[in-house]
Amino acid sequence: MTAIPDAKKNWPHPINSVTIGATAADGGTRTSTLTVGGETTLPFYHFEGTMPNPPAVAMEVWDVPGDDWPETVKAPFAEVMGDPGAWAKACVDEHGAQAICLRLKGCDPNGENRSPEEAAAAAKTVAASVGVPLIVWGCGNDEKDNEVFPVVAEALAGENCLLGTITEDNYKTLTALGTAYGHKLIAESPVDINMAKQVNILALDVGYPAENLLIYPSTGALGYGIEYVYSIMERLRIAGLKGDKVVAMPMLCDIGIEVWSVKEAKAPESEVPGWGDVAVRGPMWEAATATTYLLAGADLLIMRHPEAVRLTRRTIEKLMGGGA
Amino acid sequence: MILIGERINAGFKDIANAIRTKDPTAVEKWAVAQAEAGATYLDVNIGAASRDPADMAWLVEATQNVVPTPISVDSTKIEAVEAGLEALDGRACLINSTTADPEKLERLVPLAVKHDASLLGLAMDERGSPQNVDRRVENAAMVFMAAIEGGLTPDRLLLDPILMPIKFMQEQAVNVLEAIAQFTHLSDPPPHISVGLSNIGNKVAERGRVIRAFLVMAMAHGLDAAICDVCDEETIAAVATAELVMNKEIYSDSYVRAFRIKAGAKV
Repeated sequence: MTAIPDAKKNWPHPINSVTIGATAADGGTRTSTLTVGGETTLPFYHFEGTMPNPPAVAMEVWDVPGDDWPETVKAPFAEVMGDPGAWAKACVDEHGAQAICLRLKGCDPNGENRSPEEAAAAAKTVAASVGVPLIVWGCGNDEKDNEVFPVVAEALAGENCLLGTITEDNYKTLTALGTAYGHKLIAESPVDINMAKQVNILALDVGYPAENLLIYPSTGALGYGIEYVYSIMERLRIAGLKGDKVVAMPMLCDIGIEVWSVKEAKAPESEVPGWGDVAVRGPMWEAATATTYLLAGADLLIMRHPEAVRLTRRTIEKLMGGGA
Repeated sequence: MILIGERINAGFKDIANAIRTKDPTAVEKWAVAQAEAGATYLDVNIGAASRDPADMAWLVEATQNVVPTPISVDSTKIEAVEAGLEALDGRACLINSTTADPEKLERLVPLAVKHDASLLGLAMDERGSPQNVDRRVENAAMVFMAAIEGGLTPDRLLLDPILMPIKFMQEQAVNVLEAIAQFTHLSDPPPHISVGLSNIGNKVAERGRVIRAFLVMAMAHGLDAAICDVCDEETIAAVATAELVMNKEIYSDSYVRAFRIKAGAKV
């Protein structure tokens, strides 16, 4: 009888570990920090290597009410939307958010066009309300983000936040701010593995350390290009483990914003008979999307619905070998 | 790609002088330059400048004092190899080289095992340099068998098919390419395959072009290591481009830079 060949691989290079948040001991005011990455193997291949830091779930809070959020995901936050501090506190205290992602939607020139100072005030309010690490995501308008982030990054100086995003076309402002005020950065690319690599190199070229970056390869909801993103994340992770240092970063997925814009998560049963209760279906769609990305190598998920967060954290616990 | 920096070799006058006068300045200069260029190993060779194993120890020490890069201890004399290995500070190393001679294999394989070293084996034996593909493969197989039986794994073995100057032995380059392809079938995963790259350009007017064209062709046949001028940016760019074309690296617009970062080069 021939022995079963040992298929275990010994990857030469671990994925970088990135810690966000700074406690008083490190010059911040957070009561907890969060470390992601550090894997020496593919996702959950515990037989082959180690995942020293379980994937984590951050919850999304806006500086303005989430008017375009579907009812299902708005309902749990009905009392707190419009008050970023209370919203963040509910996410942490009631729903177990391990970090808060403040999205500065109110700064969008096509929306309320709020000022950098208003954005900084919202950020400080959130920082004062919760002790978990903070992620601050711009409104997506490069020009406006480049005005807003200098004020926000300074307001949160020393808190070791995660700021995003830098892209191939817009990386100089945030890399400079990240260096000046001690923040980590999210490197974004549009479902394009070559650009994912390139934006990291550009950040390195201006002196921003690779060890402080997370890769955001874009996110697609289940049914909306998820397989493209999945394969890109897999390739990035394999290349990183093989020693390609410019892609050996933890990966982030922006789950909530994608899932809660698709029909499958938000159309009421009256419109799509046979699809089941949207109040159940929506969170399930978000959790299923999140689980898929966990298997692709996601280290940090940004999510919205409390039930989806609960399910996803339970999944992570099980995949890490805990629970029953 | 395993890049072995060739420059700390007493075949170069500045290194020969350094050994004779025991002034490490030139050695240190090339150690730093090659390390910053992204060398995987620094080859250290006292060549014909000295017969004294103590000089090999001195050259190894002069090199390792300034950079943390692994060292390739290069000598045809076993006593010099031993002296070089003893002088090492515990860092990763490569023995360069054995041939397929049983006498050499019997001593150098255990030495590699003892020092946790990789071993480079030349596909030649006491009959001299191979003139065809079969002799190269036969010699390589001899080295491979002895190394594996002696306790080395294929990833610690580098086989060299013996590259010759194209100006004087033009027909040998294609034999080397074919031999490289055949070496890859020795095991799965295969051992590393290396050449002394500069040999092919010996006395050639268009030296750089010949070297780089051969290098890329050899990589396509399975070459994954070379003793070469790692400070030559065009050579490094050719390696980076070949790895890209072979789909070993993810494309990015700055892929040469990405390759250099991966190699640990100063960028």
